[in-house]
Order: sequence, then C-alpha cells, then structure tokens
Amino acid sequence: MLSQDLNTILPEIILSLFAMGALLGAVYTVKDKSAGLLVWLTSGLFVALAFWIGTTGEGTTTAFSGMFVDDAFSRFTKVAILLAAAAVLVMSQDYMQKRDLLRFEYPLLIALAVVGMMMMVSAGDLMSLYMGLELQSLALYVVASLRRDSVKSTEAGLKYFVLGALSSGLLLYGASLTYGFAGTTSFAGIIEATEGGVSLGLLFGLVFLSAGFAFKVSAAPFHMWTPDVYEGSPTPVTAFFATAPKIAAMALFARVMHDAFGNSIADWQQIVAFLAVISMFLGGIAAIGQTDIKRLMAFSSISHMGFALMGLASGTAFGVQAMLVYLGIYVAMNVGTFAFILSMEKDGRPVTDIGSLNMYSKREPLKALAMLILLFSMAGVPPMLGFFGKFYVLQAAYDAGLAWLAVAGVIASVISAFYYLRIVFYMYFGSDKDDALDANKSPVLWGFLMASAAIMVLGVVNLFGIEPLAEAASLALVN
Amino acid sequence: MIGLEHYLTVAAALFVIGIFGLFLNRKNIIILLMSIELMLLAVNINFIAFSSFLGDLVGQVFTLFVLTVAAAEAAIGLAILVCFFRNRGTIDVEDVNVMKG
Repeated sequence: MLSQDLNTILPEIILSLFAMGALLGAVYTVKDKSAGLLVWLTSGLFVALAFWIGTTGEGTTTAFSGMFVDDAFSRFTKVAILLAAAAVLVMSQDYMQKRDLLRFEYPLLIALAVVGMMMMVSAGDLMSLYMGLELQSLALYVVASLRRDSVKSTEAGLKYFVLGALSSGLLLYGASLTYGFAGTTSFAGIIEATEGGVSLGLLFGLVFLSAGFAFKVSAAPFHMWTPDVYEGSPTPVTAFFATAPKIAAMALFARVMHDAFGNSIADWQQIVAFLAVISMFLGGIAAIGQTDIKRLMAFSSISHMGFALMGLASGTAFGVQAMLVYLGIYVAMNVGTFAFILSMEKDGRPVTDIGSLNMYSKREPLKALAMLILLFSMAGVPPMLGFFGKFYVLQAAYDAGLAWLAVAGVIASVISAFYYLRIVFYMYFGSDKDDALDANKSPVLWGFLMASAAIMVLGVVNLFGIEPLAEAASLALVN
Repeated sequence: MIGLEHYLTVAAALFVIGIFGLFLNRKNIIILLMSIELMLLAVNINFIAFSSFLGDLVGQVFTLFVLTVAAAEAAIGLAILVCFFRNRGTIDVEDVNVMKG
C-alpha cells in the first residue's frame, strides 16, 4: 500500500529531495558560484518531470487514503506549471547575473514552490490543500524579497507576506467551518455531505474558502497586493509570479469548487461570476493610468484572471476546459512579454518605464513586431491566439446561461485593449527622444520573445493540440 | 454547560479581532504579525471544538499542521521584517509606502 502511495507522488518526492540535497550541497561547498549550474539543473529537472508526467500516468489514482489525487486534470496543470517555471528560470539567469542577484537559493526556492504547486493541484483533502498552498506561499514570500538590500523588494516581500498570511487565515477559517459542518476534510466526503443541499455553516465555509482562493489568484476585490508586489520584486520573480502560481491557484480553485462543492454549483457560481466581473473591469480600468510596465502587467494579470474565472463560473466541464485553455495561452503570452521586459535596460540598469519605449520600432524592428503581436494577443485581437482564449471562455459562459457575464467580458476586453494599444502607440508612433534603451543581445530572451510571438500566430491552426488534452482534464474533474 | 456554540463564538470573536488588528493598526508591523497569529489560533480553537464535538481526530491533526506552519510563517515574516528594517530604518506601518497601491 505504502509503496504504491509513494509511487504516485514520486515526481514530488524527486523534486523535493533534489531541492533539499542541492541546498545542503551548495551551502557546504561553493555557495553562490554554483548558482548558474543550479538554474540549468533545476529547469532541466522541471522539463524532464513535465515530460515524464505528461507521457506516463493513466486514469485516476489516489494516494494516502484520498489525500492526493493523480488524474488527467492534475497532470495537465502540473505539466503547464513545470514548463512555465522552467522557462522563467532560464530567462532569469542573465538578468540576475548582471545585477549580482543570482544566489543559489533562488532556483531551489522556485523548486520548492513548484513542489507546493504540484501538491495544490493534486490535493484531495483540505489538509493536503493547506500544506501545498503554504509550501508554495512561504517560498514565494522569500523570493519576492530576494534583493535584500533594496527597500522596494523587501517592502514587496513584506506586503506579500502580510496579505498572503491574511488570505491563508481566511482560507483556514473556511476550512474549519467546512470540516465542522461536513464532518470530514476530504473532498469526497464533503461532496457526499452536500448531496441534500448545503447548510448555512457550509455556505459560510465556502465563502471563506473562495475569498482565500481569490486572494491567491489575485482576483478583485482581493487584488490589492498584486501591483505593489509585481513592481517591487525583481523582474524575473515578477515573471514567475505572473505564470506558474496563477495556474496552480486557478486549478486549485476549480478543484475545490468541483470536487468538494460540485453538488452546489448554483451557490458558488454567483461568487465566482462576481469575482470575474469585478476583476475584468478593475484590471482594465486601473491599468490605464500606469506608467510602470510591471505595474501594468499586474493589472493585466488581474483582468486575465477575471476571464479565466469566467470559465470556472459557468460551472460546466466545457467551462473548466475553456479555463485551462485560457490559462495555457495566458502563460505563453506572459513568458514572451516578460522576456521583453527583462531585456529592457539602459546603461546596464533595468528600466520599467513605458515612456522609454518611444519609437522602439525604429531601433529594433523585429523585437517591436514580436511585442506588438503579443500585446495584440493579450488584448484579444482576432488573428492572434489570445482571441481564441477569450472566445472559449465567453462561449462557455454563454452556453451556461450567463449571457450577461459574456457581454460584460466583451466590454471589459475592449476597455483593456486601450492600454495594450497605448504601448504599441509608443513603440511605433511615439516622440523620438534620445533616452533610448540599450540594445540587449541576450539570445535566450530574444529566443523566448520570438518563440512566444510565433506561438501566438501559428497556434491559430490547432492551438498546438492542447484542446483535446484540456478536454480530457476537465472531464476528469467534472462528472 | 459549555457547548460547541460557545467555542465557535470565542473563535469567531478572536478571528474578527485579528482581522481588525490587521486593518486598523497604524503603528507597528510586529502587531500585524501578532494579529496573523491570533487569526490562526482562532482557527485552531474552531478545529479542536469541532473535533471534540464530532468525536473525530482529523481536526486535531489539522491543528498540529496549522501550528507547525504558523511557526514557519512567523519565522519567515520576521526574517523579511529584519531585512526591511535594515533598509528603511523603521517598522512603522505608515512607512511601508515606497510603492503606493
């Protein structure tokens, strides 16, 4: 029995043993000199594990009496998380080396956060959910304040810590109420207990749990930490925050809503739809006045999370499928955009001011074109992949009878198109000043930017085949 | 006779005090950490009360996990706070304002 259980969580065991072993090894030997090697090793391990999880694994297995679930849904999200984390790690090396930030703890903390995320998406019990979530959060608090000698970075870490701890507290309070009124912490037990409808106590538990998750996915009105943390953290860390943890938190949200509260869709549908509408509009409107591109990306991610929540709000298998497709496209776009932001520098210092992009197309036509494609895709302009992501979630919401939500989504996406197009305006028609950015010759960043832009155009053919995979994943979750 | 609802009321009151401590406190970040701890301990009272009421051990196991995580969380919070103090020279909540959000 035990060996079977351990076999199911083998990828997580390997990754955590690697992180702990490498931490000890590096401390007792060459310390930060091994950082470059560890970055490559960790991302190599991520890719290998993603390949392994993606190609093996059949059907649904549970381990540790239902605490840990390995099904098509968790495998899909795990592969996405691992690949996104590997891409961000590889991108960050150059930037961190230049700013003397590359410490050996960085890749290992990311690895531990990824273990936490893999636990989260596989959770089958409130206890394993909480442990996974905290493992992820504790590692992320530290990487947010990675630049120890900067006021901004430590302040970002502090804010993230305080608000993250508050959200964990809300989530735990919800978990305790759910436990008390359902009599069990396992999702299978909760769904049995709610067969005849939800009691008031359980409803309170559900609301507190949703509030906790909304914090973690940075959905409005629980988004206030996002802009500050995105702005203050070192840019590679921001790139990481915008990708892998978002997938994990959304997947966890979907898992709890369908696996534990699948009998009371009508109850949570309103909560999720409310979060979706507020996030889409707030993300769109608040981003308009921003001049810092990292802050702008924070609001952009809030509005994107609103769209992903719209898929979840429809409460159907197709909705979950649309959410997964949307998240996949979102992460691919964000990796490319952050590759561009990481390459923005002047006199060797990172620049995040949007004004510095004035007439960028004159100096770097190819990079400007790639960025244009990515920004159009984020705005949801038809020929790009981002449009199809939005189309999927809108269709899911419409099919589920939430036509008002779909209409609100279209309006919000038009509003948020404004600030994406503003960057395009700066790059192509801005005033030509002489405070130009340096030419960044990093081939890794260039490669990621171009690959991401190419995906946005070429993916139109068949979305690279993620559609049937997302469908299988959603059918494993919703039944 | 002290029943389940009494424990739940105490826990809810402590939890709300913790949340208010987070939002109303304008003085010191250490007090934020204490408020967070208060929230987690309120949840623990909830878990143990339910556990004893249901005659089910899972709630007490959960409490042990929460206590462990709370300790780790406090350690990390204090570490970040020390780094912040070194840079800023103050731990007043009002001075956590380099970025406006």
